[in-house]
Amino acid sequence: MQLTNRSKVVSNKEQSFAEKIYLPAIISGMATTFSHLFKKRPTIMYPEVKKEYAPVYRGQHVLKRDENGAERCTSCGMCAVACPAEAITMESGERKKGEEHLYREEKYAKKYEINMLRCIFCGLCEEACPKEAIFLTDKIVDAEFERDTFIYGKDKLVEKIDKRIDVTKRQTPEVLEFKKRVGLRHNELNKTIEKKH
Amino acid sequence: MKVTIDGIEIDVPKGTTILQAARMIGAQVAPPAMCYYSKLKTSGGYCRTCIVKVTKGSAQNPNPMPKPVASCRTEVMDGMEVQNFTSPEVLEARKGVVEFLLINHPLDCPVCDQAGECKLQDLGYENGSAKTRYEFKRREFEMIDIGDKIKLHMNRCILCYRCVKTAEQFTDERVHGVIHRGDMGEISTYIEKVIDNDFSGNVIDVCPVGALTDNTFRFKQRVWFTKPVDAHRNCPTCSGRVRVWLKGEEVVRVTARKDEWDEIMDTPDGKSGFICNSCRYDHKQKSDWVIEGPTQVNRHSVISQNHYNHLNELKVQVMKQQKALGFMPLDKKP
Repeated sequence: MQLTNRSKVVSNKEQSFAEKIYLPAIISGMATTFSHLFKKRPTIMYPEVKKEYAPVYRGQHVLKRDENGAERCTSCGMCAVACPAEAITMESGERKKGEEHLYREEKYAKKYEINMLRCIFCGLCEEACPKEAIFLTDKIVDAEFERDTFIYGKDKLVEKIDKRIDVTKRQTPEVLEFKKRVGLRHNELNKTIEKKH
Repeated sequence: MKVTIDGIEIDVPKGTTILQAARMIGAQVAPPAMCYYSKLKTSGGYCRTCIVKVTKGSAQNPNPMPKPVASCRTEVMDGMEVQNFTSPEVLEARKGVVEFLLINHPLDCPVCDQAGECKLQDLGYENGSAKTRYEFKRREFEMIDIGDKIKLHMNRCILCYRCVKTAEQFTDERVHGVIHRGDMGEISTYIEKVIDNDFSGNVIDVCPVGALTDNTFRFKQRVWFTKPVDAHRNCPTCSGRVRVWLKGEEVVRVTARKDEWDEIMDTPDGKSGFICNSCRYDHKQKSDWVIEGPTQVNRHSVISQNHYNHLNELKVQVMKQQKALGFMPLDKKP
């Protein structure tokens, strides 16, 4: 019974002389192969040579500090609830007196862990963050031999004070516009601390 | 008395307010309320979020009321017709009320422990605008320490008076009131007195915002990472029927059980559902409680995140929709 019109009847017709000796087919195949010798080589000698990344490439995360070097993350859990891979866990602590230069808000992340094996680098955490604290960078997560070393804590995620990471290219026009608005606590906080110093 | 709210008619006894009548019909017509609390006498009338439009005063006097009225303080008349969500005027006015409530409210939901179960958050999402027009400095208070059990964040307070009424009506002595007026108003315990009554912890549950929060739960977990279960214990001072919030095997918080209006539920035999401080703070072991089962959380609430006990409800709804659209039910394939 014929089911569709797309079926073909298999022919078993006799091969011609040219087909029988195989040589023409081999020569045309080899011509294709050797023609690649004269084409431009697509391989890049990584890590000496690096490909150019898009400015919004999604690699390893960074937990940003603000202009005064205080950690921006306030451990609100929005990234963890947005994370489709459930890769983020955190524990919050309360800022004590005298720690204002370390943490921006009265609550901070005492522990902040991202499981890089679970992470799918979708960038939803970055999108969910209300404090401009977490960003994805163009750094590729290092290869490791042990599974537990892929759980990145604050030691690996928080940016170093002397090695700040520029993320302005990743910020949407809406965010940049929002940062210009006066009167909002989010934008005021930097100014008040600047005055004190 | 017959009253019509948003086109739905209901028969209610004399002395019922519009808000109560609307709640009898159901959530589809009930106006939101921030200060009214049915379990507290003389509450309501402060926040104006429950305003409705009365298009027909009564059967005798069919004139409309000139302004939107606070439904929690207006009693129904026979033949009254009320518009709530069907009136664009009410929605516009309510948007203004929300804007006023948010003028001095700090935008610190990422820090606040109430986030996720905050009525002001819900109200803002449902009725407010996404941006603020207010450009002046917000009202700020010095932190007042009112003891190790309750944390007072005066900045977040919207002056609903619920906690004051609770202190008046459910605890023996009133050590808790509002001082100053208007914009300067603040709840205070007069010279920073510690509230040490057996039922003082209930002010946490009645607070619609994060002004009064559980200090023992402070910054422990965000509510949507915890799992609420209904539990009870044999308590000599209160009903002992509570909601226990679990994180794994750990009891992170104990609260009273709340109904769909975010009010503390009465027990089935009609007793008050307000719980004592001993239940709230001193029994933080899972073995202290007899667990009845997971709390039914509205599936639109963030607390239902990753809790799958509403799946049955969802299935029923999907099947209803399929039936309405004329689909073959999933489990009755030929």
